[in-house]
Amino acid sequence: MPIWLDDLLLNFFSLEIIREAWPILLQGLWQTVLLSLLVVPLGLAGGVMLAVFSTVRTPWVRWPLMVWVDLFRALPPLVLLVFVYAGLPFAGIEVNAWTAVAIGFFLNTGAYYGEILRAGIESVPAGQSEAARSLGLSRLRTMRLVVLPQAVRNVLPDLVSNTLEVVKLTSIASVVALPELLFQARQAQSVTYNATPIMVAAIAYVLLLWPLVRLVSRLENRQIAGKR
Amino acid sequence: MTGWERFVDSFFNARVAAEYAPKVLEGMGVTVLLALAVIVAGIAAGLALAVLRAMGVRVVNWVIVAVVDVLRALPPLVIIVLFFFGLPGMGIQMSGFVAAWLALSLVLMAFAEEIFWAGITAVPPGQWEASRAIGMRFAPTFFLVILPQAIRMVVPPLTNRTIAITKGTALASVVAVPEILGAAQAGVSFSFNPTPLTLAAVAYLALFVPVVFLGRWVETRFAWKR
Repeated sequence: MPIWLDDLLLNFFSLEIIREAWPILLQGLWQTVLLSLLVVPLGLAGGVMLAVFSTVRTPWVRWPLMVWVDLFRALPPLVLLVFVYAGLPFAGIEVNAWTAVAIGFFLNTGAYYGEILRAGIESVPAGQSEAARSLGLSRLRTMRLVVLPQAVRNVLPDLVSNTLEVVKLTSIASVVALPELLFQARQAQSVTYNATPIMVAAIAYVLLLWPLVRLVSRLENRQIAGKR
Repeated sequence: MTGWERFVDSFFNARVAAEYAPKVLEGMGVTVLLALAVIVAGIAAGLALAVLRAMGVRVVNWVIVAVVDVLRALPPLVIIVLFFFGLPGMGIQMSGFVAAWLALSLVLMAFAEEIFWAGITAVPPGQWEASRAIGMRFAPTFFLVILPQAIRMVVPPLTNRTIAITKGTALASVVAVPEILGAAQAGVSFSFNPTPLTLAAVAYLALFVPVVFLGRWVETRFAWKR
């Protein structure tokens, strides 16, 4: 066996280390799944709220909302997370890692989902809501039963693609010591002085997210094909 | 001190701000440098891969699709950490800056390849047929007729993706690169005051709010004609 291959196996694919680190990596994977199940619905809820409010024509509502969305789209999520986690305690508000991640993701991914859904709502012809209103549906029911379902369908590829990005983004929670997959892998790596745990984590991410990547690809291709 | 005074003293402390503003400004320089290096390398490599894929060698295309898929499924932070902490074991040392640059460039390459490729396949086949019919060979057809149209079509999605990945430069703080966030975090731990983080947020907003507006403008300017 050539030396470099031996080196590669020893440093990135050591079976002994995999056996040792397996339990805590598995815990990390579980936390990553839980974290995703928390932040995706949270971001979606924030996004729906932002998008629905952005249909209000009053400038006093529209402008602050646009500033809000642009502000949180301009700040890198990690900066937001560190600000919440390391900054808020100075203001006398103690936050643990989970709360900090929840707040940071709500602000950041909420703004992204909001922008996508707003584009979706704008893509629904005005005649749809006019017709629904003239049939006697209230504003809220028009939005919920007529406009939103069509809006979501129109921007489905962007929604799925953003969801993929959000799940990947949960890895930044490792920076605030939330024991998700990357954090556990780095712990194992620093104890064993071997990069195998990080490699295993990387493979786990690929196995977990590859189906979603394929789905995004297919949806996007269909969208482009439809537009030409 | 009242609550409000304490809040101002914590987040908008003039003395701390004056002390750490130069560091954060230096950090801005590092962020801009890293971002530009990532944009140039990532988009160039992505375009090169898309062109290679258009050559239509089946085995090569399988490899490209596999590499791109893996890079799209991996969180950028995982790649940075893998390069920075993993490769030294193989005898390859790299600074945090190089690790972050390489990782983010690879990620942008993967997304740019997908986007360019989508653009190439979206050019109507009639364009190919017409060029071939007037006697142009494959290469001139591809580079002079197809690719320019493809690139123009993909400007909006490419701009948005590039902006998103450029914001990942903040991840470099994890591998001790003194960019904006790294410089600010060092400032917080020296001064026991979060004002440097406020400075960092302001610095990022100063850099990225114009970029977000640029993205909006590009989206309307180059919009798909329906």
